[in-house]
Amino acid sequence: MAGKRRQSGYAVYLVPGVIASLAVIVVPLVMTVGISFTRWSGIGEPIWIGFANYTRLARDADFWASFGHILLLILAMAVLPTLLGLVLAAVLFDYVAKHFGNRWAGVFRAGYYLPQVLPVAVTGIVWGWILHPEYGALNRVLNSVGLSRLAVNWLGDPRYALYTVMGIMVWIQLGYPIVMFMSGLQRIDPELYEAADLDGATWWQRFRKITVYLIRPEFYVVLITTTIAALKIFGQVFVLTRGGPSNATLVPSYFAYKNFFEKAQVGYGSAISTVLTVIIIVLAFVFLRLQNRAERTASQ
Amino acid sequence: MTLTETRPSVRHDRPAVKPRNPTRFAVFFALLVLLLLVVAPLLVVALNAVKSPAQYASNGPLSLPDHLYFNGILDFWNRVDFGQKLWNSFISSFAVAVLGVLLSILNAYALGIGRVRGRIWFLIFFLVANLLPQEVLVYPLYYLSKQLGLYDSLFSIVIIFTVVQSAFGTYLLTSVYAEFPTELLDAAEVDGASRWRTLWWVVVPVSRPTLGVLFTFFFIWTWNEFFLPLVFLVSNDRQTVPVALGVLQGDRLMDATTTSASALIGILPAMLFFLIFQRTLTRGITAGALK
Repeated sequence: MAGKRRQSGYAVYLVPGVIASLAVIVVPLVMTVGISFTRWSGIGEPIWIGFANYTRLARDADFWASFGHILLLILAMAVLPTLLGLVLAAVLFDYVAKHFGNRWAGVFRAGYYLPQVLPVAVTGIVWGWILHPEYGALNRVLNSVGLSRLAVNWLGDPRYALYTVMGIMVWIQLGYPIVMFMSGLQRIDPELYEAADLDGATWWQRFRKITVYLIRPEFYVVLITTTIAALKIFGQVFVLTRGGPSNATLVPSYFAYKNFFEKAQVGYGSAISTVLTVIIIVLAFVFLRLQNRAERTASQ
Repeated sequence: MTLTETRPSVRHDRPAVKPRNPTRFAVFFALLVLLLLVVAPLLVVALNAVKSPAQYASNGPLSLPDHLYFNGILDFWNRVDFGQKLWNSFISSFAVAVLGVLLSILNAYALGIGRVRGRIWFLIFFLVANLLPQEVLVYPLYYLSKQLGLYDSLFSIVIIFTVVQSAFGTYLLTSVYAEFPTELLDAAEVDGASRWRTLWWVVVPVSRPTLGVLFTFFFIWTWNEFFLPLVFLVSNDRQTVPVALGVLQGDRLMDATTTSASALIGILPAMLFFLIFQRTLTRGITAGALK
């Protein structure tokens, strides 16, 4: 530890960072919060209307629907990939690597991680094309094997669109927890596993009692980062469905975008993004507290 | 865990055991099926990107092309002037990576090694800055950049992402620099090196692995950014690859093979980075999250 190296003369190194952060983060953030109390089309003078945007939000069915969709997307982006990833990482780490060699574990890990490296827009194109109702690959395959009843309009039918987006998000997210958990598993002393084996523990018992217990730090990190990513989701929705059909996949960030740049309701858009920001920050700090508490109880 | 070292993995490099056990095979097979499911969409895209529209119409998406047909890719490349988009993406990502690392170094030097007063508050600020959704910044940034004549210019994107990425970089690098070996700093001080000199001749060289990871992250993140470039880069010749691909989505001129051609040339640079940086990346993802 660097101990008490608090000497003067270092503060000057913060100057560029502080100026840049003020210009790009602090000032815009304060402006957005301020604008959220006004009616403004982006041109002319904003008109102060107090909390009217927020009361309007509270009664806006689209807004509530967009948060409902986010809950399902948290399931698809955070909960499912974390649980699946946990099992897969454990299987790859102490089953595949042991019985088939490290190379196979590496191949699987890299393959599962692949969707994570694709740009959002490309993911949208790939899936938009595969799921296209007329010329898409999936429906053509379904039709050719006589399952045309299943060949629905995946992204274009309000009944299925959100579930389709959820499925795609699982596909995108799965690799991240696998990589995180596999690296966490490397910290575990192999002797623990051997001891468990000697005691006649089954793979499942070992998984629950040792693996899950010891990689809790990674578990928290994965859960919080993916949950926040779900709350912020924009790009995938933009390229896959643009929030449609008939708002079936509307999410808060896209709702804000529409108000800013399509409807010229900048005040209302600002209120939406302010609410979203508050939710994210509160959630992050709650998570961090829970994590700290869990670590403290664990180390006692 | 710090970025400068990762524990070597437990090695299981004994020659693969002959899989006599049927459960073992079943597990392996299940993993293989899952792998195919994950990779299948990309394979289908690659397959159809090199197929002529006529062949697609008659034989469908899963047939192997009887000859390689590159016209779809070439047509798309020329139609959207893809070379220009690649250059825009490259130059802005590169600039952000360089400037973002520099800014992170300066911030982290003051916070991690200098331990300036109020550093906890600065760190909380950078943490919160990391959490902010871009929607809450976008309209003022859009408005201000118009006032300053920076709208629809790669400059605006470079400035904004330099700051946004360096918020993460500062947070990460500060925790690395907080553990920086004091002896090295003391030795530099004894030698009469100024703070500035110590930074560039001692601190930066020693932390080069971490800086490499940050550079890689910043480059790839900026390359993949979609939302702000979508808002800021409206002219055709200033768009980046993701924006160009994203706005063409659903265009009437895009038939099945052109669409998969466009997807393929969007995938290729990402795959290239993935291969080049795979080692750094897997190390970095885990390190970045674990403080």
